[in-house]
Amino acid sequence: MSTFWNRAGLAAFGLAALAAVLVLPQLVEAFTLMELTVYVVMSILALSLGFIWGFGGILCFGQAAFFGLGAYTYAVAVMNLGDSTGAVLLAVLIPAVFAAVLGYFMFWGRISDVYLGVITLTVSLILFNLVNSTAGDAYRIGSAPLGGFNGIPSIPTLNVPGQPELVLDPLQMFQLCVVTLALVYYGLRWLLASRFGRVVVAIRENERRVELLGYDARKYKLGAFVVGGAVAGLAGCLFANWGAFVSPTIFGLAQSAQIIIWVIVGGVGTLIGPIVGCFLIQWLTSSLGAFGGLNANLVLGVVLVAFVLLVPRGLVPTGRALLARRRAPTVRVDRLPETKAA
Amino acid sequence: MSAKENFHLVQTRGLGIDFGGVKAVQGVDFTLADGELRCVIGPNGAGKSTFFKLLTGQYRPTHGDVAIRGRSIVGMQTHEIARLGVGIKTQVPSVFNGLSVRENVWLSARRDRPPRLANEACDDVLERLELTGVRDRLVGELSHGQRQWVELGLVIATDPALVLLDEPAAGMSDEEVERTAELIRRINQRSALIVVEHDMPFIKMIAKTVTVFNRGQVLMEDTVDRVLADERVRDVYLGKQLHAELARQAA
Amino acid sequence: MDFALVVALEVLSAVAGLLLISIGLAVIFGMMRVINLAHGEFLMLGGYATITATKAGINIWLSILVVAPLVVGLIGVIIERCVVRFLYGRMVDTMLATWGLSLLLIGLVTTVFGNTTAGISSPLGSMSIGQYKLSLYTLFIVAVAATVALALYLAFKRTRFGLVARGTMQNADMAAALGVSPPRVYAVTFGIGAALAGLAGGVLAPITGVVPTIGVAYVAKAFITVIGGGASVLAGTLSASTLFGTINQLATFLTTPVIGEVALLAAAIVLVRLLPQGITHRFFRGSL
Repeated sequence: MSTFWNRAGLAAFGLAALAAVLVLPQLVEAFTLMELTVYVVMSILALSLGFIWGFGGILCFGQAAFFGLGAYTYAVAVMNLGDSTGAVLLAVLIPAVFAAVLGYFMFWGRISDVYLGVITLTVSLILFNLVNSTAGDAYRIGSAPLGGFNGIPSIPTLNVPGQPELVLDPLQMFQLCVVTLALVYYGLRWLLASRFGRVVVAIRENERRVELLGYDARKYKLGAFVVGGAVAGLAGCLFANWGAFVSPTIFGLAQSAQIIIWVIVGGVGTLIGPIVGCFLIQWLTSSLGAFGGLNANLVLGVVLVAFVLLVPRGLVPTGRALLARRRAPTVRVDRLPETKAA
Repeated sequence: MSAKENFHLVQTRGLGIDFGGVKAVQGVDFTLADGELRCVIGPNGAGKSTFFKLLTGQYRPTHGDVAIRGRSIVGMQTHEIARLGVGIKTQVPSVFNGLSVRENVWLSARRDRPPRLANEACDDVLERLELTGVRDRLVGELSHGQRQWVELGLVIATDPALVLLDEPAAGMSDEEVERTAELIRRINQRSALIVVEHDMPFIKMIAKTVTVFNRGQVLMEDTVDRVLADERVRDVYLGKQLHAELARQAA
Repeated sequence: MDFALVVALEVLSAVAGLLLISIGLAVIFGMMRVINLAHGEFLMLGGYATITATKAGINIWLSILVVAPLVVGLIGVIIERCVVRFLYGRMVDTMLATWGLSLLLIGLVTTVFGNTTAGISSPLGSMSIGQYKLSLYTLFIVAVAATVALALYLAFKRTRFGLVARGTMQNADMAAALGVSPPRVYAVTFGIGAALAGLAGGVLAPITGVVPTIGVAYVAKAFITVIGGGASVLAGTLSASTLFGTINQLATFLTTPVIGEVALLAAAIVLVRLLPQGITHRFFRGSL
């Protein structure tokens, strides 16, 4: 029975993406389309954390680091190369390499849980501090000034490979982002069905047993972490394109917090969940902005607390359970043993 | 080639581990031949489970050496030792509760085999263990006995040369105990086994040679009947006073 | 010679500052295994309490040393009763819930006080050491940190509550069987941790001013210091603050403040990698 829902879900997602690409642009105005584009881009970022956390059990507090690296790498590379194709490749590669180094450092040291959170948080703060202080002409990579706290403005948009003058317009940008989201989603689903993916999930369930079976858990966690970093980097590249601007706040605590909130609200342990959570929270934030009355932080804070206390599994798993009229499946995201205080 | 054949499957020399003053295992010389079935008995705290953890690499010995087919495994990672052909069923079931029975066994079957052969091996193991009926159930939802069997499936699906079973009959009904004994005999056709147990009737069902542990050391090693008749073994299990009391009552 | 003295005092002040901002989080983490990510906002609230009280006419020393801890301590107890107590044992969930509380508090304060920086002037002057000037307030910070450390030590060792708290943390069921109320102990301990954070915020307010988001700058450093220190509340925070504070200050002297920050963060990463359970898991084990 569950395979039916699985296949139905996969097909439904594809149809929705297709509809979004072909039909939606006729129905909404350009401004809404641009807003939706950034929701889609952020969903890709949400997927990156949803994958490593919900399935790998790796709660990274600094996923924004890879997001920011992707954005900055794209900006610097496209300004230097003139053509965006190489820049996109670098924007995925650099965060992936960074994740590989950081992951090696952490997983071979058997760091996990809280301590992994500390290290990843610290790393994104280091990046923030470093990039934030690069104001002034002295700080440039090739022909791209880093701009420090001012950021990098006027980032060239994606162009058709090989033809730098043929730049994507906002509609094409939207369609590209939706297609990318769909590809990432299906790609992650495929990965999770492979042996690699099954081992990663098993590690989250019982790392000791995985090792006793003969799998090197460190390598699998590293692999998952690198995939997460690459996807976040890709999202960063698209983000830099969307706004044609990037600034050091992209490495900040607030950005990392947002990603975690999206995944929690949507549902840890699913792939659809982070997308849903992201869309919901983004929409909420921008509605509040337009509304003017309530402070965005206040509402986000209330939402997060409410969800942790009342809907800890997130919207999608709880929704599925209600539909099937049974309890939501338990995904143990808290891998520490349930000990009493001290 | 012949040099390799001269090595025992497992050989420990003066094996010991010190936990900050507590010598959980000390000076253990233990050998096991390919395809041999050995039972290990001893009172609680005798160091049996610790001994197992020294064989799987979960603990690193502070003294002595452990060799598998002549190759020292001291300092090797757990997963490397597992790949040498060592499988362990732990005292407390260690399985993947959130995954289905089939997925549990599949992860093991798929380790060294390509996808199609892995699926066949997986289905084969499930059949042998009579788990085919529950193959799609989540392991966390099964009974204790069934979870033990899933763990057995996990262990044998890689076809290991050495299978370590830590109290496989614990918490089982008489009927399940008999089935377990039968399964162990069948596993023995392909793998060597070391079985830690307390259940004496169960041991009599499966054992030929028995090693007795006490206080981290090997007390004696002999055939089942001689071990169970030995006074020292009874003292170690029941305590000298109780033994004396029983003797007095018999008189 | 004068230069060495000034450097030493500045390092001491950096260590003291780090100790002050971390000790509240350490009490809550060390005693209850709760990672309170709203800690930065407790600091912020302490700062606002101090500034509001001072502007309302209360003596500045009273505002810093009495009003701030009391107000924030109370808020801490309320938060513990309403949110945290449902999540004991779930460390990740408490981190997330307290992160939510942090956003909530920032939002609340922004709504009430607005977004601009408020401040009061530093109440002490400066003194001269040779050709260098040193702010006397720096010495005040060191004095407060030392007093807090000593007071905590005495409270743990000598008072009945300290003993009760330590007992409950070790074994809540036993403590309950002996007539202690674990929920009450948890609430009070959380309140004390919050009060300490409020005090730190009050102490730092005259130097940094307050803005609703000022807590964000502190929480990461406090978090890092507490995890780096390990399970022992006092020994852990002391050792980690000393290590990180010294590295931070020396690096700042030798290069720039930004590099100083990065040096502290990098040192933290190395420390957690080498001593994953914190300093006091390997050294000073079993100390308070």
